[in-house]
Amino acid sequence: MSTAAEPAAPRPAFKPAPPTPYQVMMREDRPSGVFLTVLAIVTLLVPILHLAVPEGHVLHLSGYTVTLIGKYMCYALLAVAVDLIWGYCGILSLGHTAFFALGGYAMGMYLMRQIGTRGVYGDPVLPDFMVFLNWKELPWFWHGMDVFPFAMLMVLFAPGLLAGVFGWLAFRSRVTGVYLSIITQALTYALLLAFFRNEMGFGGNNGLTDFKDLLGFDLKHPETRIVLFMATAVALGAGYFTCRAIVRSRFGRVVQAIRDAESRARFIGYRVENYKLWLFTFSAMLAGVAGALYVPQVGIINPGEFAPINSIEVVIWVAVGGRGTLYGAVVGAIMVNYAKTVMTDALPDAWLYVLGALFVVVTLFLPRGVVGLLPDLKHKLQTLRQRRARAIST
Amino acid sequence: MNAPTSMGMAGRFGGAFGRVLQRRGSSSAPSLDLTHNIILYVEGVTVSFDGFRALNDLSLYVAPGELRCIIGPNGAGKTTMMDVITGKTRPDTGSVWFGQTLDLLTLGEPEIAQAGIGRKFQKPTVFSEHSVFENLELAMAGDKSVWKMLFARLTPEQLTRIDEVLETIGLKDHRSARAGSLSHGQKQWLEIGMLLMQDPALLLVDEPVAGMTPQETERTAELLTSLAGKHSVVVVEHDMNFVRSIARTVTVLHQGSVLAEGTIDEVQNDPKVIEVYLGEPRC
Ligand SMILES: Nc1ncnc2c1ncn2[C@@H]1O[C@H](COP(=O)(O)OP(=O)(O)O)[C@@H](O)[C@H]1O
Ligand SMILES: [Mg+2]
Repeated sequence: MSTAAEPAAPRPAFKPAPPTPYQVMMREDRPSGVFLTVLAIVTLLVPILHLAVPEGHVLHLSGYTVTLIGKYMCYALLAVAVDLIWGYCGILSLGHTAFFALGGYAMGMYLMRQIGTRGVYGDPVLPDFMVFLNWKELPWFWHGMDVFPFAMLMVLFAPGLLAGVFGWLAFRSRVTGVYLSIITQALTYALLLAFFRNEMGFGGNNGLTDFKDLLGFDLKHPETRIVLFMATAVALGAGYFTCRAIVRSRFGRVVQAIRDAESRARFIGYRVENYKLWLFTFSAMLAGVAGALYVPQVGIINPGEFAPINSIEVVIWVAVGGRGTLYGAVVGAIMVNYAKTVMTDALPDAWLYVLGALFVVVTLFLPRGVVGLLPDLKHKLQTLRQRRARAIST
Repeated sequence: MNAPTSMGMAGRFGGAFGRVLQRRGSSSAPSLDLTHNIILYVEGVTVSFDGFRALNDLSLYVAPGELRCIIGPNGAGKTTMMDVITGKTRPDTGSVWFGQTLDLLTLGEPEIAQAGIGRKFQKPTVFSEHSVFENLELAMAGDKSVWKMLFARLTPEQLTRIDEVLETIGLKDHRSARAGSLSHGQKQWLEIGMLLMQDPALLLVDEPVAGMTPQETERTAELLTSLAGKHSVVVVEHDMNFVRSIARTVTVLHQGSVLAEGTIDEVQNDPKVIEVYLGEPRC
């Protein structure tokens, strides 16, 4: 009795430290936390294995492998961009490599102008292909492309402008579903044809190549390769993180609401076309960044990048990985491209069939992609176990 | 005979809802001009689909705070009328005004919604992948521009408001449930809750009690009755008992135009109405 009346002993003034943003992320969105952790480790480990471990050592990473991983990360960023609009807003773009290629061309133009007098014809201003075509002057849209910050602005601006104009026209007239997908295919196909033409001023069929250096650093040097690799990793991490912030904001919830019930969203006052337009434009710019990082690593950009099949392939990566989860897009891009690298070595002709089969299998049996497989299995096991427990108890 | 019942219901509805109503704020259109005591004008509206006239020279006026029931056989044009008012369908002729100053035929769906007209669809439509809470959050009145939404955070007042509406629509225990997993009746309620969050001056409610149990129907009647006064409510419904329990004025639609208008007893005794509608076996 008397103890109850006594005032409670004061609690020790211990206050746990507030969780770091990283801890919060690992708690709320574990896969994203895991992905960003793995990305950080890879970003730090690859340079060491490439530069510090001597050649011939088992742990040494060859330049080929470093570039390959860098390429995969560009693809992953492109896949994240596609997933952002397809998985979260239901806009199935079958032309997203057009934006990827435009970003790539902007970077390619900068790299071309860096060549200077080292080209075959030694013209200080004109790239080789222009000299070859007997052009006397630089076309207007090549001006300023020798200035790195301006060229980087164009990496964002060119895809952004195309996506903005295209989206403005398409979303305002409420083109959706299959029709929209078909126009995006037409868009990338039209660009493919245009960029093939020599008169366009983008090097025609050969595209832009023979790059020498970037910001004065030789592209053949291992150090340059590593810096490009790390820049790609940072871009992927930052792009991923930004997309994650977008889809978790109220804007992101509106976008998903539009995906699930577009007219409902209109009738509660959302200007659906604006939401789609901003998301689409942002996604196109992200694809442009991926393209710009891709070009100096592979050393060439040509109109083949606009091929409609490429855009379809990206959609398959996302579907395989798991549409509607950003990490799913990353997993899908890396898995399918790894399979492609292996396959095209062993059975080059079979790849398209494998890709088609993969798409069919995923559509029929894995609607949530590879990353949905584990939770689905866990759920199945759980219900099975519960059922067995119930059977035993009765 | 009906009056005491409905007043009793409104009374029973009590606290939570009253508070929800008091929160009516800045959201409704600043330019809504009600000087002639009419909130909605529908005048001479005709809509044809491939030559078939779904609405035929339809005229209808709704007063502020009124609760109006629209009845009429299937295909009479009730949903089409709501489509015209909310900007989904453009009429061939006629005019639709919201108050004295807003010409609804010049506005798109989001503008009309932001001006203060809310709508519940005939088929309940909620955002199925979002939680109940998020559905209400998304419907909340306010600036719905892209940039605002990117950085939007719920204020404590807004949280309280969502909780009140959750209480009102009886979905407090389903706050974090996926909206797609709710029962049909609960979805209807959630959609009504979204209307409340939107806080419109005029509510258009298309067949709210379809698929509801008698208890749910009764609760819906209480809710709609308590809404009238502060809001204008236009309800389309087939269920005559339901109409009888809430309506003061009933408009009968037939083949796209108004056949009769008056109290429920007046229209039920109208020979024209008996012929086209009330004589039908389903009623
Ligand atoms: N988009 C449309 N295209 C063609 N006919 C339509 C369309 N919408 C409605 N109708 C027709 O208009 C008539 C009125 O429909 P509706 O307004 O849905 O009736 P109610 O809601 O009163 O049952 C019906 O005959 C319907 O078939
Ligand atoms: Mg109807």
